Amino acid sequence: MKEKGSVMEKEKETQSQEAKLIPVYIMGKRYEVPEGLTIMGAMEYAGYQLKRGCGCREGFCGACATVYRTADDYKIKTGLACQTVVEPNMYLAQIPFFPANKAVYDVDKLEPSISTFQELYPETFRCVSCNTCTKACPQDIEVMDYIQAIIRGDIAQAADLSFDCIMCGLCAARCPAEIVQYNVALLARRLYGKYLVKKSEYLEKRFKEILEHKYDKEIEELMHMDRESLKKKYYARDIEKM
Amino acid sequence: MKISYFPGCTLKTMAKNFEDSALASLSSLDIEMKEFKRWNCCGTVYSLTSDDLIHQVAPIRNLIRVKEEKDTRVVTLCSMCYNTLKRANKLVKEDSEKLDKLNNLMDREDVKYNGEVEVLHLLEILKNEVGFSQIAKKIKIPLKGLKVAPYYGCLLLRPPEVGIDDPERPTILKDFLGSVGAEAIDYPYETECCASYHTVVNVDLVVERAYDILNSAINRGAEAIVLSCPLCDFNLDNRQKEIKEKFSDFKGIPIFYFTQLLALSLGLDEKVCRFELNFVDPRPLLRSKHLIGEV
Ligand code: SF4
Ligand code: SF4
Ligand code: FES
Repeated sequence: MKEKGSVMEKEKETQSQEAKLIPVYIMGKRYEVPEGLTIMGAMEYAGYQLKRGCGCREGFCGACATVYRTADDYKIKTGLACQTVVEPNMYLAQIPFFPANKAVYDVDKLEPSISTFQELYPETFRCVSCNTCTKACPQDIEVMDYIQAIIRGDIAQAADLSFDCIMCGLCAARCPAEIVQYNVALLARRLYGKYLVKKSEYLEKRFKEILEHKYDKEIEELMHMDRESLKKKYYARDIEKM
Repeated sequence: MKISYFPGCTLKTMAKNFEDSALASLSSLDIEMKEFKRWNCCGTVYSLTSDDLIHQVAPIRNLIRVKEEKDTRVVTLCSMCYNTLKRANKLVKEDSEKLDKLNNLMDREDVKYNGEVEVLHLLEILKNEVGFSQIAKKIKIPLKGLKVAPYYGCLLLRPPEVGIDDPERPTILKDFLGSVGAEAIDYPYETECCASYHTVVNVDLVVERAYDILNSAINRGAEAIVLSCPLCDFNLDNRQKEIKEKFSDFKGIPIFYFTQLLALSLGLDEKVCRFELNFVDPRPLLRSKHLIGEV
C-alpha cells in the first residue's frame, strides 16, 4: 500500500511559507494556486467548497477520486484529490459521485461459487482484458487481474488482489464493459470471508479475552490520550502481515 | 518436457474433469504443464469483425504473458481457447499495423508482442512429440472393446489455416483412440457443428443438431463419444436431458474428454477422471467393460 496521510501535512507547511504560485485549470478556468497544494487544496484555494467528493483527506476513504490531465500529454490521469500534488498547467475536475450498479443480496443465502457472480453481476463476464481499470486505480491494484480471477471462479484470489480497494469508483468510470469492479470485488471478499477463509482460532481466543475485559485498561488509556501522542502511536503501530 | 500451459476459464470451473484428468495423465507421461501467471480469459470467441481490435486484446495479452516467462510455446486443451488464441496470433503475425495498434493500446506491458509464441493444442503434442505409438506402449489398461466415436466439431479443424488436422477427413482423434486401445467408430457427423453458443438463446437448434450427431454415432455402434471442447461437451452431454424430452427414441450416450480416456488407460486412479462431473454418467458403461472396478 502507498504511504498516506503525510501529503496533507506537507501541504500545510507549504501554505505557511510564501509559496510560488502556479497556473492550473479547474473545469476549464485558469487559477493561480500555491505550489505544493494537493488537487483538493487547490480547488478550495480557488474558492470551491467541497461537500461531496471529499472525506477523510488522508487517502483512505476513496471519496475524492479525480481525473486530470497534464500539459502536452494525451493521457487521462487519475488519482485521489487529497493525495495528488498539483503541477503547473494541470487540468482538474472533481467527480462528486459515480452512479454504479449495486446488487442487493443476503450473503447468508449465497453460494461461494461463480454462479453467484453470473447471477448478481453478469456484466463481469463482458471484460475484454483491456486493463484500463488497472491503469486508473489510485491504489495500484491489479483490477483487471481480480476481475479475471472471478471469471475463472477463483474467489480467494480476487479477494486477496482487491484487498486494498477503497471503492473510489475510478475503475468503473473507465471500464468499456461497464463493470463495477469494486462492487464485484466486495462480493468476492464477502464470500471469501464468510465461506472460504480458514477459521482463525486466534480470533476466537482474542474475542474471548475482549469479553473478559483484558484490554479495557489499554482502551481507556487511548481514550484519554492527547491528539499528538495518539498520532505518534498510530503511525508507529505494527501492521500484521497477511 | 516442460511446456507453458493456458487452462482457460472453463477448465477451472465447469470442466474440472477435463483439466484434472489431463494434468494427471501428462505428469505420468513426464510432461510438466507450467500454468503461466496472470493469464486472462482467452477472449472466448475469435472476433470476425476486421476492425474490432479490442477483442484481440485478451488473446494477445495472454501471449505476452507467455513471452514474459521466456517461453515460446503454449499449449491449451479447450478447442475454443485454442482456436481463439491461434487465430489472434495469426492475425497479428500477418498484419503488422494491427499488431502495432495492439501493442500501443497495451502500453503498460513491459514487453511488446511480435508474434513469437507458438500456440498448440494438447492433441498435437501427444501426436507429434510424445507420439501415439509411444502412448500405446505406456498404457496399462487398454480400453479394449470400448466403441468410441470421435467428435471434432469446428474449432479444432476450421479454418484450415489453424486446424490441427485435415478439416474434411481428420484422423487425430481416431489415432488417439487407437493408441489407448479403444475402437474408433466411423460416422458422418464427426466434424458437424454442435450449434455452439446458440445454446444460450436457441436450445431447440442445439437439441436438433446434437440429436443428429449423437444418433448417427449410436446407429453405427458407438457406446460413447470423445471430444476436446467444453462447449461441445455442454451441447452434447448436458443437453441430452432436453434431447430426451423432444425425441422419445433417444437412448443417451456418455461423452468423454479425450484426457479422461487417456488417464483411464494409463492406469491412473479413477478419481482423477472426475466422472461425477460428466452429465451422463459413463461409469456403468466402463464397469460393463471391466475398465473400472465395481462400486
Ligand atoms: S479497484 Fe477501483 S474502486 Fe477500488 S481503489 Fe482501485 S480504482 Fe478505486
Ligand atoms: S476496464 Fe473493464 S473491460 Fe477493461 S480490463 Fe478492466 S474490467 Fe475488463
Ligand atoms: S478524501 Fe478520503 S481518500 Fe481523499
